[in-house]
Amino acid sequence: MITVRGLRVRLGGVDVVDGVDLDVADGAWVTIIGPNGAGKSTVLRAVGGLVPYAGTIALGGVPLEALSRRDRARTVATVPQHPVVPPAMLVYDYVLLGRTPYIRALGRESASDLAVVGEVLAALDLEAFAERRLDTLSGGERQRAFLARALAQGARTLLLDEPTSALDIGHQQEVLELVDRLRGERGLTVLATMHDLSTAGEYADRLVLLAGGRVVAHGTAREVLTEDLLAEHYRVRVKVIDGEQGPLVVPVRR
Amino acid sequence: MTTRPAREAPPPAGGQAGEAGGGGQAGQEADGRRQAGDKSAAGNKHRPAGLRAAWLAGGFVAVAVALVAGIAFGPVTLPPGGVAAELLNLIPGVRLHSGLTEREVAIVTALRLPRVVLGLLVGAMLALAGAAYQGVFRNPLADPHLLGVAAGAGLGVTAVIAARSGTGDVTADLPFGVPVAAFVGAVGAVVLTWLLGAAGGRARTPATLILSGVAVSAFLAAAQTFVMQRHTESLREVYAWLLGRLATAGWHDVLIVLPYAAVTGIIVLAHRRELDVLTVGDEEAQALGLHPQRSRYLLVIAASLGTAAAVSVSGLIGFVGIIVPHTLRLLAGPSYRSILPLSVLFGGAFLALTDLVARTVASPAEIPIGVVTAFFGAPFFAVVLRRIKG
Repeated sequence: MITVRGLRVRLGGVDVVDGVDLDVADGAWVTIIGPNGAGKSTVLRAVGGLVPYAGTIALGGVPLEALSRRDRARTVATVPQHPVVPPAMLVYDYVLLGRTPYIRALGRESASDLAVVGEVLAALDLEAFAERRLDTLSGGERQRAFLARALAQGARTLLLDEPTSALDIGHQQEVLELVDRLRGERGLTVLATMHDLSTAGEYADRLVLLAGGRVVAHGTAREVLTEDLLAEHYRVRVKVIDGEQGPLVVPVRR
Repeated sequence: MTTRPAREAPPPAGGQAGEAGGGGQAGQEADGRRQAGDKSAAGNKHRPAGLRAAWLAGGFVAVAVALVAGIAFGPVTLPPGGVAAELLNLIPGVRLHSGLTEREVAIVTALRLPRVVLGLLVGAMLALAGAAYQGVFRNPLADPHLLGVAAGAGLGVTAVIAARSGTGDVTADLPFGVPVAAFVGAVGAVVLTWLLGAAGGRARTPATLILSGVAVSAFLAAAQTFVMQRHTESLREVYAWLLGRLATAGWHDVLIVLPYAAVTGIIVLAHRRELDVLTVGDEEAQALGLHPQRSRYLLVIAASLGTAAAVSVSGLIGFVGIIVPHTLRLLAGPSYRSILPLSVLFGGAFLALTDLVARTVASPAEIPIGVVTAFFGAPFFAVVLRRIKG
């Protein structure tokens, strides 16, 4: 469960996030949408404990700042929009990095750390890639490896920043289905940001529309993905069509 | 508690989506194990990256070879077997018959051993500091002199040598000698770089540190050149120092370097796993529960101190700090858990052996050791680069 109240983040002298309230129930998937520069990624970074903020953020009722760095890393795992791909590192070792919060300063990985990595690789169908170099994988395979590292953290809360922006539509769907499956199997709470509005609405339980660092609309896809709201905040002409899994947003030339 | 470590949690009966609050992690793991755990545990053939026993053994062999060869060869050649026996005799409780005369034993323990040990220490420090810098700055071109150590030490030494020659007496007693001047110059330059790196209230990032290192190095090098031009009579001595040498007076220099080497070695090696995590960058390392800035500072300070100590007794020996870690990275894998300890062993052995070449090929003259490290190291590195693809 994620509870955010009055979140403010100031970066480079600008209030990038300016008073955001947000709730994600246990096991729910909430996606933040909004135009470029709305503050979507910054909200995610704040919840992940990666930028200084004002206001309150609580994970499962525990205030974020009450957690030590290691405890925080066991509670919330982040997949950034463009994760750094370390040169020559094998997928196995990359996923093992996710166990960092469980390994003592001078210690080494335990048998249970290795068991978790083996299990995560199996769950994400990455076993055949374990001995491959991460920098030789394709975009879709890489995204699975990024997810695997986050899952290896054993955290209940998963933050995904534009998880599909580098993928073709086939792999987009594959990754999002995978996240949805893992959410169900592992009881994960997911907070994501996405640009593709139709897809965002299809996978998330609730959408939050962010503009200028504030929440301007939130609710189900049907409540948020309306022609009026999108026209106002994205400055775009769109047609919203009723699809099987929710509204489909189609941009229309002015 | 949502913060309970997953590995300590027992598998609950139904770790499912509905489970509220705590124990969620345990639930996920138990689920995963039920699905695929047995299969992957049984066929778990993967080993995490790290130090392989064969490489570690190879490192110790290299050090042993460097020790014996470095002591056996010189103006008087000693039998390597006898030298090895005499070295083992240094271990308390061991008494082997080496067949060496008393005079030869004195050559081993009083003359050559200190020099070889100094070579091992300096090489180990430079290679370890280079590897640490490359990890901290995530820059393959980082070398131990990056933050101004070389320029600072150069200026310190040039100033002292010039001051001495200015008195007209090369053996004039100054309050401190060349090693102290080099050490003070090196540490002073790094401190200057460090302060400049956060000037104007900016955040001290790897990029600002590297740039301020460039500025400090350029400034100090200009000052050094100015001093040299004003005291041309000292040029030869300054150049001899700049190019590096391990000429030593017994155990004195070894004892100067040893404490710094020990502290630097412990701090850097203790961070070997963290340096692996830092390869994904600060923000992700922070998300994984580390304190990257703090580790970075500690590592930079430790590596700079070790380099300054090495430079103070050996002069500016280039190349070791870049080529040794890179060769090990290419041959033994990219993990700092293997690069750092192997850099200590192979860096030391490499420098001790190049010193052997430096003092024997043109005997009785000595070639500057920095010339030898590059002359043999560069072609070797070219071969390694060619053989390793991708």
